[in-house]
Amino acid sequence: MSSDKKPLNLSLTRRAVLKAGVATAAVGAAPMIIPSKAWGYANEPSGSTVTLGFNVPQSGAYADEGADELRAYELAVEHLNGEGDGGMMSTFSSKELKGNGILGRKVEYVTGDTQTKPDAARASARSMIEKDGAIMITGGSSSGVAVAVQALCQEAGVIFMAGLTHSNDTTGKDKKANGFRHFFNSYMSGAALAPILAANYGKDRRAYHLTADYNWGYTTEEAVRTSTEAMGWDTVAAVKTPLSQTDFSSYVAPVQASGADILVLNHYGANMVNSLTSAVEFGLRNAQSNGKNFEIVVPLYSRLMAKGAGENVKGIFGSTNWHWSLTDEGSKAFVKSFGTKYGFPPSQAAHTCYVQTLLYADACERAGTHDPCGVAAALEGFEFDGLGNGPTLYRAEDHQCFKDVLVVKGKENPSSDFDLLEIVEITPRDKVSYDASIFGGELGACNSG
Amino acid sequence: MLGLNGKDFLAWLFVLFLVAAAPILLNPFPEGSAFAQFNAGYPDLMQRFVIFGIFAIGFNILFGLTGYLSFGHAAFLGAGSYAGVWMLKLLTINVIPAIIMSTLVAGLFSLAIGYISLRRSGIYFSILTLAFAQMSFALAASVLTPITGGETGLQTQLGDPRILDAAATGGNIPAPSLFGLEMGHSWKVSVGDWLWTFNAGYYLCAFIMLIAFYIAIRIFRSPFGMMLKAVKSNNQRLGYTGINPRPYTLAAFVISGMYAGLAGGLMVSMDPLAGAERMQWTASGEVVLMTILGGIGTLIGPVLGAGLIKYSENIFSKINDNLLHTWFSFMPDGVENFMVTIVHPFVGKGWHLTLGLMFMLVVIFLPGGLVGGLSGLYKRLFRRGSHAQ
Repeated sequence: MSSDKKPLNLSLTRRAVLKAGVATAAVGAAPMIIPSKAWGYANEPSGSTVTLGFNVPQSGAYADEGADELRAYELAVEHLNGEGDGGMMSTFSSKELKGNGILGRKVEYVTGDTQTKPDAARASARSMIEKDGAIMITGGSSSGVAVAVQALCQEAGVIFMAGLTHSNDTTGKDKKANGFRHFFNSYMSGAALAPILAANYGKDRRAYHLTADYNWGYTTEEAVRTSTEAMGWDTVAAVKTPLSQTDFSSYVAPVQASGADILVLNHYGANMVNSLTSAVEFGLRNAQSNGKNFEIVVPLYSRLMAKGAGENVKGIFGSTNWHWSLTDEGSKAFVKSFGTKYGFPPSQAAHTCYVQTLLYADACERAGTHDPCGVAAALEGFEFDGLGNGPTLYRAEDHQCFKDVLVVKGKENPSSDFDLLEIVEITPRDKVSYDASIFGGELGACNSG
Repeated sequence: MLGLNGKDFLAWLFVLFLVAAAPILLNPFPEGSAFAQFNAGYPDLMQRFVIFGIFAIGFNILFGLTGYLSFGHAAFLGAGSYAGVWMLKLLTINVIPAIIMSTLVAGLFSLAIGYISLRRSGIYFSILTLAFAQMSFALAASVLTPITGGETGLQTQLGDPRILDAAATGGNIPAPSLFGLEMGHSWKVSVGDWLWTFNAGYYLCAFIMLIAFYIAIRIFRSPFGMMLKAVKSNNQRLGYTGINPRPYTLAAFVISGMYAGLAGGLMVSMDPLAGAERMQWTASGEVVLMTILGGIGTLIGPVLGAGLIKYSENIFSKINDNLLHTWFSFMPDGVENFMVTIVHPFVGKGWHLTLGLMFMLVVIFLPGGLVGGLSGLYKRLFRRGSHAQ
């Protein structure tokens, strides 16, 4: 029956191979529609890596802080992946981190430039979430940016670990369930500074405020005003200055004629460097007013700013979240590994960003998941130590960390380029705590995408 | 078709194809491959492509047709954005009223500014618009902080009234939506190693952009458009023939202002935040760059220019040293570091440098912009082909 038929040709022709190949490819590549909720949560890592998004200012008034933040993030990633000396992982009171990434997944990161503008920062964060699959966004050196990006993360269903942002709003009226802040805030600065100012400059002073014109400036001015007025100071005037301002002489010129004898610079980063320099050029530091020495106060201080302003910072009071000269084990370990890698000590911005990355990783480990809701639950009410600020609480009601605040002063005789600030007092945590409801705002519910 | 001549209809179909297939076209590299960095097919960037496309199309109606170079168009984009956010805050989270309102507000605003600025032409007109835009920026950034949110930006809040919406929000700020379809909603389709994201918000923007593009073609080909071209070629002669050009230029100015407002309204519908810096003169300059890069007075040029600028802004700016090291890791150590040092200034925060170089090259070698260059190339090829025959 089959003998009269042609024998079956088993040799493969080019056409047959092509056909088979196309058919296989078609089957293998059949489109797979993934509904947006197929995953348990937004950007759930599926492979052996997990991506974090580091969104810092690389241009604008806060670029120096941004660069230092990025160094700290890179260091934290190294330590989480088990490279380097481990830094604060060994001094951290929680021992979940083992140097094998987060939940066994190697940590990778993407970076972006916020340009210190809310619009640009959100665009950058969105591309990290949508394109690179970042599961956590961290960074920001401006509260305007932090508030904007925090709202975006809430919407997108990822965790936001705020970097350097000092406005009350971040965990006050604009707080969000997916957002967490380790850095201190304006209220705490005011509460810690006021007694020191009263002790040094007396209780009948007249203050003139120059304030950066955005949410951080507002809350800082308000906090310093409230706490100093409570001691008996007068506020002569409060003038707002644009964040992009670089020449402050027109703002400084009318200060002395106003009858003030204290100038409060609610400025940060390059703004503060420029306004302080202006004030010194106008001779305010040697001036007499109302029969007293004219004084300048900078509520939020950092080593980077002190370096930028040079000689001018000597003797000027301010507050800071952390300083590299602290001698607890955590701070020493961090300064050592940062110094080894980069050759100079870290700033407070670097410190808070490093700590936030570790805290996030640790919360993932303790929750056993990257799910933002799980991570948020693990961070809420978390009490820890060994990260440079002494015992610290992540308050559940507003996702704000409570810890000691440092009051610092520009050093009169600095021994090196980095030894520019001296710690005047460490204000204990209970002196700077406040009721979570005083700033209004609602956390809302956690969102996992 | 649709009242367009064959060539224009083809151009419109071409744009239709481009925007409809953008999620696939813009993701040419498989996920996880070394070139995945250059994929642009994610919702945020695709939305920006079409939104700035609308902005540039509108700008081109003024600049391309009448030759009046406005350096203040970002003010209309910003005004539209603020109007849009306020609609989302006060009225409803549905994006339709926001988009309509932002177009209207920008139209009114441009009527006022245009009425004054168009009393002068040439460089004086440019300076006037620039001054108005900077004034608007200063107002938005500080004086009008209660309305605009100042440098913090204007956002939707949990406590907003939203009088048309039911109060049930489940503890979270509702996301902008089109009758319940959230703008951030995406359908992901994976084919082999490729992952394509089809985003609801993007397709809304794309749909509106096609309408905007269609209207622009009709304007270009209408008697009104002819009159605008007459303004550009010889304003004086137009005056001598007894025609007052000002109503025409003002109409063009308002139309392009409304396009800018529409773009602003779409921007906040996709991402409900308006910052003052989108009114700054750099933003106004950007749309001028887009139009010149793509080709002044061409229909499709501004869209291409907008795409090119937004692509470099979002893709080049995200390349960091770490990534460069992985790219050049196949080279010996010394050479690798050398290459990284060479490339470093052009990526990351240095993407402006890359853009500047591109702009210089285009202006010097392709005075007609990308479209001029492409059509020149086409003509040359075609002519060579006919010679061969």
